Amino acid sequence: MEDQDIRQHTIAVLVDNEPGVLARVIGLFSGRGYNIESLTVAEVDDAAHFSRITVVTSGTPMVIEQIKAHLGRLVPVHKVRDLTLEGPHVEAELALVKVAGTGEKRVESLRIADIFGATVDDTTLDSFVFRIDGTGEKINRFINLMRPLGMIEVARTGVAAVSRGNKGFS
Amino acid sequence: MTGERLTGSDVLLKALAEQGVEVIFGYPGGAVLPIYDALFKQNAIRHILVRQEGGAVHAAEGYARSTGKVGVVLVTSGPGATNAVTGLTDALMDSIPVVCLTGQVPTHLIGNDAFQEADTTGITRPCTKHNYLVKRSEDLARVVHEAFHVAQKGRPGPVVIDLPKDILQGAATYSDPPPGGHRSYNPQVKGEASAIEQAVELMAKAKRPLFYCGGGVINSGPGASQLLTQFVHMTGFPCTLTLMGLGAVPASDKQFLGMVGMHGTYESNMAMHDCDLMINIGARFDDRVTGRLNAFSPNSIKIHVDIDPSSINKNVAVDVPIVGDAGHILEDMIKIWKARQHRPDGKALDSWWKEIEAWRGKDCLHYEPNDSIIKPQFALQRLFEKIKDRDHYITTEVGQHQMWAAQFLGFEKPNRWMTSGGLGTMGYGLPAAMGVQVAHPDALVIDVAGEASILMNIQEMSTLAQYRLPVKVFILNNEYMGMVRQWQELLHGGRYSESYMESLPDFVKLAEAFGAVGLRASKPDEVDDLIDEMIAVDGPVIADIMVDKTENCFPMIPSGAAHNEMLLGPDDKAARPVSEEGMVLV
Repeated sequence: MEDQDIRQHTIAVLVDNEPGVLARVIGLFSGRGYNIESLTVAEVDDAAHFSRITVVTSGTPMVIEQIKAHLGRLVPVHKVRDLTLEGPHVEAELALVKVAGTGEKRVESLRIADIFGATVDDTTLDSFVFRIDGTGEKINRFINLMRPLGMIEVARTGVAAVSRGNKGFS
Repeated sequence: MTGERLTGSDVLLKALAEQGVEVIFGYPGGAVLPIYDALFKQNAIRHILVRQEGGAVHAAEGYARSTGKVGVVLVTSGPGATNAVTGLTDALMDSIPVVCLTGQVPTHLIGNDAFQEADTTGITRPCTKHNYLVKRSEDLARVVHEAFHVAQKGRPGPVVIDLPKDILQGAATYSDPPPGGHRSYNPQVKGEASAIEQAVELMAKAKRPLFYCGGGVINSGPGASQLLTQFVHMTGFPCTLTLMGLGAVPASDKQFLGMVGMHGTYESNMAMHDCDLMINIGARFDDRVTGRLNAFSPNSIKIHVDIDPSSINKNVAVDVPIVGDAGHILEDMIKIWKARQHRPDGKALDSWWKEIEAWRGKDCLHYEPNDSIIKPQFALQRLFEKIKDRDHYITTEVGQHQMWAAQFLGFEKPNRWMTSGGLGTMGYGLPAAMGVQVAHPDALVIDVAGEASILMNIQEMSTLAQYRLPVKVFILNNEYMGMVRQWQELLHGGRYSESYMESLPDFVKLAEAFGAVGLRASKPDEVDDLIDEMIAVDGPVIADIMVDKTENCFPMIPSGAAHNEMLLGPDDKAARPVSEEGMVLV
């Protein structure tokens, strides 16, 4: 029997940093009905003009294979790596979380931020902007705690990921 | 060759000539005037002026598919580019190498909603293999060379180069194609050796094997078709072909079972269902071929050779995937088969063939002949008899006539059959025939058409007249969108909603209006004379064959049904109503 289990995968894609490349990747996902749970992109080699796209998606093994095959045949794509399949990897995300309020809730938010290792990037007498990084799951927990304490705004970067160990992206 | 200062348009044409381009199908407009000016001043590249840009892309497809070369299109910005979109999508679906040059407004006006501006790279991104917007004249030569590389390598497809007018007019330097491969796009052509060996071992042990091959064999070049035929003979295995693969094995070959799929032969589809080893080379398990997926060839081990990794395990999970070029892999398979001195299991194969012969005995393409009404199948049988010994090429439009043409015109060689398979584009056949005729001026080129489809690109008759391209349009005229009518009969209680073609033109007069010859046959005994005359005319012809209005195309796997649930003829339909799930499918 085919494996019908839907699993989350983190896929890293090395692409030429050229106009339209992100549109090609996004168009591929939307056109073929695949999910994008998180997507980050930035230039990682300014001499070679390479950008790295990290996409978190989910699907059955057959769908994940399709996604990787479709990504691989895009002309500006150099490499496609399924970090989830290829072994242990490090994932990190950064979030900015704004909490407004005074009194006990304000004190409690600062206390929890301290526990989570978040830093305070901005403060006024009735607000904080916390900066927190770590796994998406850790950030989710932090946000859930901040919500009742007056959270009014969140910005998240999406996931960046690299494999563990001494091997590079080849 | 390098270093000379030229305009962008000069460099463009020089790069095209370097890529071996002999002909461009196009239509001028404001944004591409610099290219047309440069074309005017040279003789290396011929330009065929179509009557609508959609026709240009289909013509380039016909040219490409009948020659194995890249078809080239030149259209202007805005509506020129948007009119090309259907043809580009068609070429993408059927893996046809096309390079389409589109004009664009000058770079400083891009994004300003300028006159005849369209976001061409945005619009064509999902319907091309790749596209480019050239922003510096200096990049022109490189981009053109790269576009030809991308269009041809791996699974072929259409590539758009969007050319802002100032880039065409600016000073540019020509450069030759860079040596070596592309920096990121170099698809694998050689298959993995261990997988090929595994495939051959499975073949040696198979008791009910079947070759199921498609357009990938055609695209790999005529050599691949020869290798396939050789391998089919060497193994003694039966072989079926998809719509796109017809001609890869000669139709007259005893081991060829006919086309597979929705309107394929009974023996092909039964063999697909009952085989124990399916050797898929260059076909993509399309929904027209598989029928209901959960009933598709339930007991077979599946080998799948495809140059496109994304075709593997897309619809059907396969046991032995091999990524690579059909020709290369066939060569390796044959080598291993010979080296290991494999012989097929003769006894098992004999009994497999006996079963197949019993299916063949059903004579699934049988129809009831009629003395007073022309049956479309009869018209095509007569056509085939008259052309089979001539150097001929066939294109089609889309619908019943297309399926009958696939069933009744035997293709002995690859690259002789041009049809819109994946996208199913009505209006494809006439411009495609035009492109074929440009490439093969002395051959007999016939567009088998329906009266509905032909009207979708009828304007190209004017192009045929201008360039004296003697294309023969063979219309099976049933005054209906026949396939729509057939589905309405089978699925929608005979409510023929909007499928009757009212107020059709008089095709004989229409031909004459375009400077062509018009012929008509209304009785079966007029068909032979009409075909003789059509072939004899030195110029384009529209032959209007008035056929049975209610004939349906059989055999047929209804939507949502399995291969072994084929309808063989009109009497079958009552017995097996189409399921609710089947109704939803197209």
